[in-house]
Amino acid sequence: MNALRNWAMAAAASAAALFAGAANAVEIEYWQYFFDARVAAMEQLIENFEAANPDITVTMTHFPYADYRTKVAAAIPAGEGPDVVQLFYGWLNDYVEAELIQPLPTDAFPPSMIEEEFFPMVQAMKRGDAYMALPTAVRSLALFYNERLFDEAGIDGPPETLDELVEIAKKLTKRDAAGNITQVGITAGMNAQDHHWWREVLVRQFGGDPYMDDYRTVNYNSDAGFKALEFYLGLARDHGVTAFGFMDEPQAAFKAGRAGMHIDGSFRIGSLNKTRGLKWGVTELPAGPDGTRSNYSSYWVNGITTKATGEKYDAAVKFMAYVTSDEAMQIWLDVVGELPAKPSVGMTEANANDEVFGPFIRGLAYANTTKFANESGQRQILMDMVQRVDIEGQPLGASLDEAAVAEQALLDEYYN
Amino acid sequence: MGFYKNLSIRQKQIVWAWAFLALPVVFYVVIRFYPTGNAVLISFQDWNLLGDRTWAGAENYLKLWHDPVFWKVFRNTFAYLIIGTPVSLVISFVIAYHLDKLRFMHGFLRMLYFLPFMTSAVAMAWVWRWFYQPVPIGLFNNFLAAVGIPQIEFLRSTTNALPAILAPAVWAGLGFQVIIFMAGLRAIPKSYYEAARIDGVPWWTVLFEITIPLLKPTIVFIVVFSSIGFLRIFDHVFNMTTNDPGGPLNSTKPLVLMIYQSAFTDFDMGYAAAQTVVLFLILLLVSLLQLRILRDR
Repeated sequence: MNALRNWAMAAAASAAALFAGAANAVEIEYWQYFFDARVAAMEQLIENFEAANPDITVTMTHFPYADYRTKVAAAIPAGEGPDVVQLFYGWLNDYVEAELIQPLPTDAFPPSMIEEEFFPMVQAMKRGDAYMALPTAVRSLALFYNERLFDEAGIDGPPETLDELVEIAKKLTKRDAAGNITQVGITAGMNAQDHHWWREVLVRQFGGDPYMDDYRTVNYNSDAGFKALEFYLGLARDHGVTAFGFMDEPQAAFKAGRAGMHIDGSFRIGSLNKTRGLKWGVTELPAGPDGTRSNYSSYWVNGITTKATGEKYDAAVKFMAYVTSDEAMQIWLDVVGELPAKPSVGMTEANANDEVFGPFIRGLAYANTTKFANESGQRQILMDMVQRVDIEGQPLGASLDEAAVAEQALLDEYYN
Repeated sequence: MGFYKNLSIRQKQIVWAWAFLALPVVFYVVIRFYPTGNAVLISFQDWNLLGDRTWAGAENYLKLWHDPVFWKVFRNTFAYLIIGTPVSLVISFVIAYHLDKLRFMHGFLRMLYFLPFMTSAVAMAWVWRWFYQPVPIGLFNNFLAAVGIPQIEFLRSTTNALPAILAPAVWAGLGFQVIIFMAGLRAIPKSYYEAARIDGVPWWTVLFEITIPLLKPTIVFIVVFSSIGFLRIFDHVFNMTTNDPGGPLNSTKPLVLMIYQSAFTDFDMGYAAAQTVVLFLILLLVSLLQLRILRDR
């Protein structure tokens, strides 16, 4: 009898607790694309945020990267989507114009404070007097290298300049008896990060400026662009230290230990750490012939959609404030390996001299951010440029000019 | 209710027939005809999926006409059709013809041929993609290298890539066609063959005068069915070339993949819809043409 009464009381009490919780809780939805480390980091952030704000529940939904943009674009206008959404910086224009995201309130996010605290590239997110969205993290490129292969070839350290890069790559390349390449000195593929390396780094290092008029006019069809392309294609054609399409994807070759060096973004750190048996190091991108350093930086931003109103809006603002806090940025750095968007977090002694994150963070100081009209379209044009020479044997200059014409047409259609 | 009572039995039957037909009719209108009509509408508009739709007139169609990529893709699409359909037809007929005569392990062999048809196209495309890689990971090239023959660039070539992608697509569809052919062969009355044997005609006469003419309805079905399949090819191409969809240099891109890219990487819905309308017209034309050519006189 006693047991039954206890059970009944316990049931009543837990039911009451459940209902009390449900009555006060505001549920907001957060969307991002699926990438193991990003999802893990966001789960941690949501847990911390919910602990500090017990009346708010955040539900995260994620999609494969390939479908992400379509799903977001289809869901928000239909009123089905998230309250807080993660977008690529290059998509912001389209979302602002379509009135799908709302400005961040200036009392919680004063522009003067943002301009003081964040890296300057974030200012591209400002529209009028308010910021539309803010990043938790930014990313840049660096040169990964396989320490085991370096030791095996008797190489002291990673290259500092492009010339050293070629020399070291030669020592790392292996071929079978028939001359087929079985290990590349450096990976190559415009489909991965190389199109950023070529556009924002190599073209500048050979003395050019890839675009003019705020990225609305193509300018790489110049002497510098020609030399940059000659260097890039030369890795495979003249020096024979790489092969396009080797092992299907550049990062696959590096992970499998079949590539000595590999240029990739900071987001790759997490997945390389999980690769068993791979001993790797990372260093800043090599300097150009005249010592010029450059890098490419991009970022994903979080914004509040127009779907969020009333108490959901207030909850979304609180959540935004948390995911752009110093604490969130440090967690994001530790879990995903993406760099803090504020110098106050990024440029700490520990972070800037970190063996792994240091090269990326130092790269931010001289990084450029391409303002894409259509990133995949513009990448495709550079990919085709390389393939026309590599597969069809088109002269280098002609291919470069053809790419410039195609990209200018794409930019004109977007901006006019 | 009084209205229903006054109907004759025949009229009541009609009412009931329509009551049952209503479900598929509504389904078709909502799921098929409404989106089709909407696609035609969007093809005359400008829409990036996010903002408002604005009228663009025939602009999308003009852009299509002047787009060199579209004409390249148009040729590719017909290359898939013109190579794929006859090759798969001949192979599947030869297999069905011989399998039909075989008693030993008949069921097992039929299962082996049918298996690829049941396999996921995505999984199959990825396995073939790895087969085609250069040394050190590609099966075919490793074999060539082992016997001292120079490597073949299967997928990184503007000439070899399309046939390389078509091969697994043909293989995947074979099982279905073999089964249909075998059903067609079984449906031919035995008496014709018996008469032929009594007359003592050679096997090729039997084949060309009895078997193939009587298989005509089966052949028409398979030709139409596989033509539509090859005109709509997508999964194999997309999955074997995800690094550069439809590449290299658009040499493997079929129309459906171009539609997909216009819609979901360029977010140019109007342009994608215009291509869809063109694809619809091509499919309609090809099907009508084939039905007419292969129709019984």
